Amino acid sequence: MAAAPGKIPRWVDVALIPLVNIALAFIVSGFILWTIDVDPLTALKTILVGAFGYSDAIGYTLYYTTNFVFTGLAVAVAFHAGLFNIGGEGQAYIGGLGVGLGILLVDSSLPFLLILPISILLAAAFGAAWAAVPAYLQAYRGSHIVITTIMFNFIAAALMVYLMVNVLIQPGSMSPESREFAPEGQLPFMHEVFGWFGIEVTPSPLNLSVVWAAICCVLVWAFIWRTRWGYEIRTVGANETAAVYAGIDPRRVIMLAMCVSGALAGFVGINEIMGVHHRLLLNFTAGYGFTGIAVSLMGRNHPIGIVLASLLFGMLYQGGAELAFEEPKVTRELVVTIQGLVILFSGALAYMMKGPIERAYLRIAGGLGRPAGQEG
Amino acid sequence: MADLLFNLLLSVDATFRVATPLVLCAMAGLFAERSGVVDIGLEGKMLAAAFAAAAVAAVTNSAWLALGAGMAVSVALALLHGFACITHRGDQVVSGVAINILVSGLTVVLGIAWFARGGQTPSVGNEARFTPINWPGAEALADVPVIGGLYSELLSGHNLLVYVAFLIVPLTWWIVYRTRFGLRLRAVGENPNAVDTAGISVSGLRYAAMGCCGLLCGIAGTYLSIAQNAAFVRDMTAGQGYIALAAMIFGKWRPVPAMLACLMFGFLDAVAIRLQGVVVPVIGPIPVQLIQALPYVLTVVLLAGFIGKAVAPKASGIPYVKER
Amino acid sequence: MSDPEIQNQDDVRSLGTDAPPAIELRDINKSFGPVRANKNVCLSVKPGAIHGIIGENGAGKSTLMSILYGFYEADSGEILIGGKPATIRSSRDAISAGIGMVHQHFMLVDNMSVVENIMLGAESGAILTSSVAAARAELERLERDYSLDVDPDALAGDLPVGQQQRVEILKALYRGAEILILDEPTGVLTPQETDQLFRILDSLRKQGVTIVLITHKLREIMAVTDDVSVMRGGEMIAHRETAQTNKEELAELMVGRKVLLSLDKAAPQAGETVLAVEGLTFVDKAGVPRVDNISFSVRAGEIVGIAGVSGNGQSELLELLSGVRPVTAGGFSLMGERFSASRRLDPAKMRDLKVAHVPEDRLRSGLVRTFAAEESAVLGYHRDAAYNGAVFTKRDAIQQDCATKMTDFDVRPPNPKLKTANFSGGNQQKLVLAREISRDPRLLLVGQPTRGVDIGAIEFIHRNIVAMRDAGSAVLLVSVELDEIMSLSDRILVMFEGRIVGEVPAHEADERLLGLMMANAAPERSEAAG
Repeated sequence: MAAAPGKIPRWVDVALIPLVNIALAFIVSGFILWTIDVDPLTALKTILVGAFGYSDAIGYTLYYTTNFVFTGLAVAVAFHAGLFNIGGEGQAYIGGLGVGLGILLVDSSLPFLLILPISILLAAAFGAAWAAVPAYLQAYRGSHIVITTIMFNFIAAALMVYLMVNVLIQPGSMSPESREFAPEGQLPFMHEVFGWFGIEVTPSPLNLSVVWAAICCVLVWAFIWRTRWGYEIRTVGANETAAVYAGIDPRRVIMLAMCVSGALAGFVGINEIMGVHHRLLLNFTAGYGFTGIAVSLMGRNHPIGIVLASLLFGMLYQGGAELAFEEPKVTRELVVTIQGLVILFSGALAYMMKGPIERAYLRIAGGLGRPAGQEG
Repeated sequence: MADLLFNLLLSVDATFRVATPLVLCAMAGLFAERSGVVDIGLEGKMLAAAFAAAAVAAVTNSAWLALGAGMAVSVALALLHGFACITHRGDQVVSGVAINILVSGLTVVLGIAWFARGGQTPSVGNEARFTPINWPGAEALADVPVIGGLYSELLSGHNLLVYVAFLIVPLTWWIVYRTRFGLRLRAVGENPNAVDTAGISVSGLRYAAMGCCGLLCGIAGTYLSIAQNAAFVRDMTAGQGYIALAAMIFGKWRPVPAMLACLMFGFLDAVAIRLQGVVVPVIGPIPVQLIQALPYVLTVVLLAGFIGKAVAPKASGIPYVKER
Repeated sequence: MSDPEIQNQDDVRSLGTDAPPAIELRDINKSFGPVRANKNVCLSVKPGAIHGIIGENGAGKSTLMSILYGFYEADSGEILIGGKPATIRSSRDAISAGIGMVHQHFMLVDNMSVVENIMLGAESGAILTSSVAAARAELERLERDYSLDVDPDALAGDLPVGQQQRVEILKALYRGAEILILDEPTGVLTPQETDQLFRILDSLRKQGVTIVLITHKLREIMAVTDDVSVMRGGEMIAHRETAQTNKEELAELMVGRKVLLSLDKAAPQAGETVLAVEGLTFVDKAGVPRVDNISFSVRAGEIVGIAGVSGNGQSELLELLSGVRPVTAGGFSLMGERFSASRRLDPAKMRDLKVAHVPEDRLRSGLVRTFAAEESAVLGYHRDAAYNGAVFTKRDAIQQDCATKMTDFDVRPPNPKLKTANFSGGNQQKLVLAREISRDPRLLLVGQPTRGVDIGAIEFIHRNIVAMRDAGSAVLLVSVELDEIMSLSDRILVMFEGRIVGEVPAHEADERLLGLMMANAAPERSEAAG
């Protein structure tokens, strides 16, 4: 058994062990680089410069970060209810579909200021709907949500291909893409927004949805920790027996948490479809849904942690692209590798270092404490 | 009419080819889950094996060394999964996801670093592959109506690993239901306490099951890269590990039904390719994607309890804690 | 069943008095953290005898047997099997020492056949065909020799409980067990099955098998055992030859002299009936009636205590009354509102009706370990208008409320932000109690209010429960602690196997009588409620 509880200070559990786990992931990543004859430290420098070294790099970094915040929050909300939502990818995909369909319908008739809230609502509604089916099956029919959300990722992908190839394709076009949205249906880029205030910024895909991501962080934080619904979600996640005792229906909480989770994942569509591509297309989710799992585990399911983890992964995505450009032996998939290692060490092997670190702490603390004890 | 029959025959023939990795992976998943370890990481292990086999084949020009490498890498990952889930009682789903993501990145990283072909491995010649084996008399019998077609198209002309896959199914059945190991395997996934109180190590059994799981995923991956194809292509598993998982669930964690589910899913896939662009009167073009999504949809419907009931081994997904 | 004692005395003697004890335990000690589950326990079991070990919940019986079967390792002490020192670190060691155990919860694989279950871990070879044949032959022999009749091809999960237990016994015998430990074997059996089990045990004894029977039921001890040892509070209190003792002596040894906490308690001022339970029944998934057609009532201003050994339906009763579990049959009225199988009470509705519930296991259901104390302090009342605005919770109100409760109930440290898990057991319980009784409930359901609570807090909690009564609440108290039941209750009901087997006014109750009733060994009583 582990050492007696209470003797280990909180910071060891909350900060030290997670940091050690992340460090392990990066040490292994460095080792992988070393085996392919790339100096890990040089690579790190290239990544940092590539991610923050110049203004459009920062734009790109934050653009990736935006996606990760959405999917990370999505995974976290489900985690708080004790659910593992692997379906972020599919929910983001369908969320984007909702955004695209909405804008394609109304971009010629409505002003931007109306299209924006409609799009946000549609992204949320479509993402939530795609999460609601697995949630319902889990809550009321006992189907394992992990398997059903995986299946729904594939079903979403098939559905999107069908719709893009057969229905939504721009007539006469070769590639499965919709027509481009009218300017009213496009979310302004941040360099345009800065431009309105006379500030010159290098163009990048970073768009207004980064602001929405920040708002979502605050909203999720408030929802989880400052409302009775969040309270019920956390109760079900932490102790379902206590929830039943307290008169909370776990089935309804599962529905609620998954719908919120799906809605958040759906916002990837705002960033990608409305913010960057300005048209419906295939594969715009590019694995962001899965990165959300790493982000959420690393950020310990808290918006602040998620923002930090998203920044880290945004940096790795952008800096990794730069590294791939500079160093022909390295590809962007290095980031995917790191992502896998982070999930492995901060998720699956989260308890591996707990015992050794706590024992080491007790030995060090005990070594310091003993002389004092003898005096007393 | 004859045309339709021939088309059907070709589809069935293709079904075997498509279903081979599914069958292997489904059996792999069956070993893991029967022992009580949920394995989402079939996809990742298969992909890693595909890469390792292709890489070794390219370097050594030996299909057998390649197969060995594929199995070794896959077993190593299976044991990593075991280390996380059995030894450290980590979350089995998280661990599986980690392995899938790790492998999807690492295969490309290493592929580019070692072969500099955009993530592909060099194509290997037939001597470094598992190539179709023509059965005696297949040529001669090809023109005999019905039987000839069946013999020369369906039975003959597959590579060794296809036959291995379909032999693995009765073998798995035999191991699970007719050996001591199988008895203990079934018991540990249902009630690990019963196994523990009978004086058998729960962890030992689960590690052994993960070993079997790794071996089979290794063969599946090797099949993909140097039997069905001649090189590794990035993300070449393309979700087949998940389809195999679905097939295993569809087969209710039993070898023969799981194989039949693989064949059904494989057939859907083979037919979908053939139906691309075919226009059916009234309905219009057949939505191929619908057919491709069918395995997933059917699995969800099954899990929802609308067609029969899929009951997983009772202890699967739950780390075993000895203290009562 | 009438004269096994006489018979077995002969059997024991025929083995000769020189034979070393089948099991000898010397000074076994085992602690879990600060709790000493076994203190210098010594035990000697004669070969070929049925040896009963009796004691209340938490007396240390199960821990002792788990040590003998290799689940736990003793902190110190010696184990001798057949006179030879034995090291038992795992079930495997125990099996090879000839020890078999029938656990309280059966260790069977439901979807495997009886033969498969029996040979699991003791197969004769790597391939099953021959193992099955061998096992089948051996099984037939065992069934014949011990007159244990089970269909070898039936799925274990499909068998009735009594038959499953036989499979467990056969499992042990198949492994060559010469010593058989049975942990509360009759808890799940019907009376008929119990009789059959006793016949089986008797025939096992005749074949020379040594049996250790752990139970809390005196009637069983008297019916089948040769010797009996009594445990209390982790210690071995007494050894007796069954023929030389009686139920009354054993009950007294088992329960001990309870020190009644001095509690200034006025005579009850019972008012109107608040809770009327009528024919309430709950049948679990396995079809076993856990609460079996019980009726009683609780009036305002009185404390009704429910005594009983745990696992006799008290937990289920509380869960039925608090709406956590659905009623199978019968029902109850709460202040005139009737609830039954067709009209469910849910926990939220219960709180609206001013029913408070201090659950039996506060960490499993009464609190959320990871929450701040102030969050745990509103569990179940988190939807109250006092704590919520239109959208957001009123943090100040919740914190203020918790701080007040902490002061009123002397919860230490009085820090509403501290994580629930970081409070001691007593302080956690005070927090639950504060939450539940600060709303002036009409009916207070209390389960095990002082389990794992330090002495100081016990008195505080008891005084508060009595104060609730004096303020006019109806109180239903479930506890396995007899002293608690006796010092708090105005009326005492005794539950046994889902039924109420007796009712005693508090002033007439003594531990001997209650102990006998709890062990279902009381003389026929006219006032038994039913």
